[in-house]
Amino acid sequence: MAIEVLMPALSPTMEEGTLAKWLVKEGDEVASGDILAEIETDKATMEFEAVDEGIIGKILIAEGTEGVKVNTPIAVLIEEGESADDVASTPAPAAEAPAAAAPAAAPLAAQPIVSEDLSDPEIPEGTEMRLTTVREALRDAMAEEMRADNSVFLMGEEVAEYQGAYKVSQGLLDEFGAKRVIDTPITEHGFAGLATGAAMGGLKPIVEFMTFNFAMQAIDHIINTAAKTRYMSGGQMTCPIVFRGPNGAAARVGAQHSQDYAAWYAQIPGLYVAMPYSAADAKGLMKTAIREETPVVFLENELLYGQSFEVPVMDDYAIPFGKARIWREGSDVTIVSFGIGMKYALEAADKLAEDGISAEVIDLRTLRPIDYDTVIRSVQKTNRCITVEEGWPVASIGNHITAQIMERAFDYLDAPVINLTGKDVPMPYAANLEKLALVTTAEVIEAAKAVTYR
Amino acid sequence: MAARKSAPKKTAKSNTSKEELLEYYREMLLIRRFEEKSGQLYGMGLIGGFCHLYIGQEAVVVGLEAAAKEGDKRLTSYRDHGHMLACGMDPKGVMAELTGREGGYSRGKGGSMHMFSKEKHFYGGHGIVGAQVPIGTGLAFADKYLDNGGVTFAYFGDGAANQGQVYESFNMASLWELPVIYVIENNQYAMGTSLQRASSTPDIYTRGASFGIPGEAVDGMDVLAVKEAGERATAHCRSGKGPYILEMKTYRYRGHSMSDPAKYRTREEVQKVREERDAIEHVRELLLQGKHASEDDLKAIDKEIKAVVNDAAEFSKTSPEPALEELWTDIYA
Repeated sequence: MAIEVLMPALSPTMEEGTLAKWLVKEGDEVASGDILAEIETDKATMEFEAVDEGIIGKILIAEGTEGVKVNTPIAVLIEEGESADDVASTPAPAAEAPAAAAPAAAPLAAQPIVSEDLSDPEIPEGTEMRLTTVREALRDAMAEEMRADNSVFLMGEEVAEYQGAYKVSQGLLDEFGAKRVIDTPITEHGFAGLATGAAMGGLKPIVEFMTFNFAMQAIDHIINTAAKTRYMSGGQMTCPIVFRGPNGAAARVGAQHSQDYAAWYAQIPGLYVAMPYSAADAKGLMKTAIREETPVVFLENELLYGQSFEVPVMDDYAIPFGKARIWREGSDVTIVSFGIGMKYALEAADKLAEDGISAEVIDLRTLRPIDYDTVIRSVQKTNRCITVEEGWPVASIGNHITAQIMERAFDYLDAPVINLTGKDVPMPYAANLEKLALVTTAEVIEAAKAVTYR
Repeated sequence: MAARKSAPKKTAKSNTSKEELLEYYREMLLIRRFEEKSGQLYGMGLIGGFCHLYIGQEAVVVGLEAAAKEGDKRLTSYRDHGHMLACGMDPKGVMAELTGREGGYSRGKGGSMHMFSKEKHFYGGHGIVGAQVPIGTGLAFADKYLDNGGVTFAYFGDGAANQGQVYESFNMASLWELPVIYVIENNQYAMGTSLQRASSTPDIYTRGASFGIPGEAVDGMDVLAVKEAGERATAHCRSGKGPYILEMKTYRYRGHSMSDPAKYRTREEVQKVREERDAIEHVRELLLQGKHASEDDLKAIDKEIKAVVNDAAEFSKTSPEPALEELWTDIYA
């Protein structure tokens, strides 16, 4: 059966090209892999190989012809004893797949926002509340989950024998042994990739980065591997992994060790991002993170590690992702924050109360998913909002929250939303400049007064 | 521990059975015909984006799959069609993924470079050069942790061999004695840059030496030599001795991707390899010389393979595009 040889597309964007030169002539026998012609695209001259074997029955497009559209018949291949006129009509070659149904509505974020039916575990009356540091709470969460599931293990620099650079993994090596609490070489790119592979292979790794600044060496595996694999595999592969460690500025450690990655990771579909403030939330969110089938970026804070909070003494205190915590109720202004920003928000709320301004303070707790509903409901009540975070101002979490308020509660606003952030500079070392670069309680108070016109 | 170099000469005679030879012939031919068809569908606009063909390198995956056991894992870069066919994935599902259709392995959401099969223990299909190396090391870590006796084949090219994460992986794999075989498919060119322009040493298999990882160079155009080397490597890994490196000296006949004009090498160079070292031709000769098969027998196999590939192509054209709702699925658990 004679078949038509079509003008090929030789790059992802090619629509037409020049048939520069024929390397065969009518009557030539060709086998698959033989070069038939040279074709010029906008970028290069490409060799065009035969796929089928046969005899060149007829050349339909002469060499030197410009603007030959992709899929135009350029020659006819025949078998012994056939004529070029026997050509079978070529089936329509274009990629016309059966049309799909109506377009899907685009949700704001990939994860459905279901804050209505999410709630913290009920704390039964009489439950002991124990003063616990954030550091201990994180350790307790890991230990509980490791006891419950043998496939959970911890790896990172100095997590085992040294007991953690910031002592978060204290005691874990003693309890779980070197098989499950693993000191790695200083090799972030490598061990983040290795742990991601281990997660795909059936384990549940917790990866500690000594700080999230060093995770920049590993960010390709966090985003390109861990976050995207489920999607790229059509749901076949899962990657249950927790990337955790201190994030943001500590104290006087300069530009390369002082950066808040909240907004970076919050942008990535396929990741969950948690950033707790209190010890109870650190524990409850960490337990959820370890149980998740989705990769989680868990942003801790060095300055908060030693802070103590009351944590309920319960067997199973796991907090769902996507539900904000209202720390204090108020009627005049909504302050939205997360992580260490909450420290400034709560301090400011205390001071504002003294001045007769009632602030409602919301801790987002997770940045993906974000509990928009709790924020919107609060703004509908207070009509004013400020956001507080340590990260840089451009494309901040505050910007995103503000955009949501504009779309969903514009008519409720009595003042423009103010986004308080770190200053748009690398972190300086000098004590006075560092202080200036960070967001402060005084700035939160000032902003709250500005939006309440006091 | 010393790096070794196996004989570069092709295995002229072998005690390989007729059945095995026929199996290798069939497998390698399937990959070649499948890839030729992929190139054709790309030319017709049915396959989009990047498309990296495996033509020329068929003996590497076919030989190593012959040395693998059920439950072993494998993963590779974006030049992944051959690996998928060799580990038993359905050509229809692979081709339909290339055309971005519902019937594809990733339901059309992965494409040529991102495909997986849990059932066949194929862990991708990775688009970032070298990233699959620590991931494969992690699969081996999981196997050791679970003590299931599995071995992972982590394939990468001569180009990826220059990525830092490869050596981070070598270090951890050796330190923790992980059962992983690093298969370097040295096809001589990292896109358009030849090995001598990119590597301080012509022998990549020696690069594990400073980590204490044994390595050997193998004629990657000789499926029997590949299989033998694969058996040495798997035996080493399964005995608990840690990782092993196999550098497959191979060659790709086509460009780096479909849109590569391949001006960095001569037509004669490609032609010479095709004529003198072709892996399929080699097995064909062994079959004919050993009187294991007649020309007619082989023609029948060709026909059979052509039908399989045509079926796959047909399926890849008729399978519908994914439903629009698929945009939002498989992001979260």
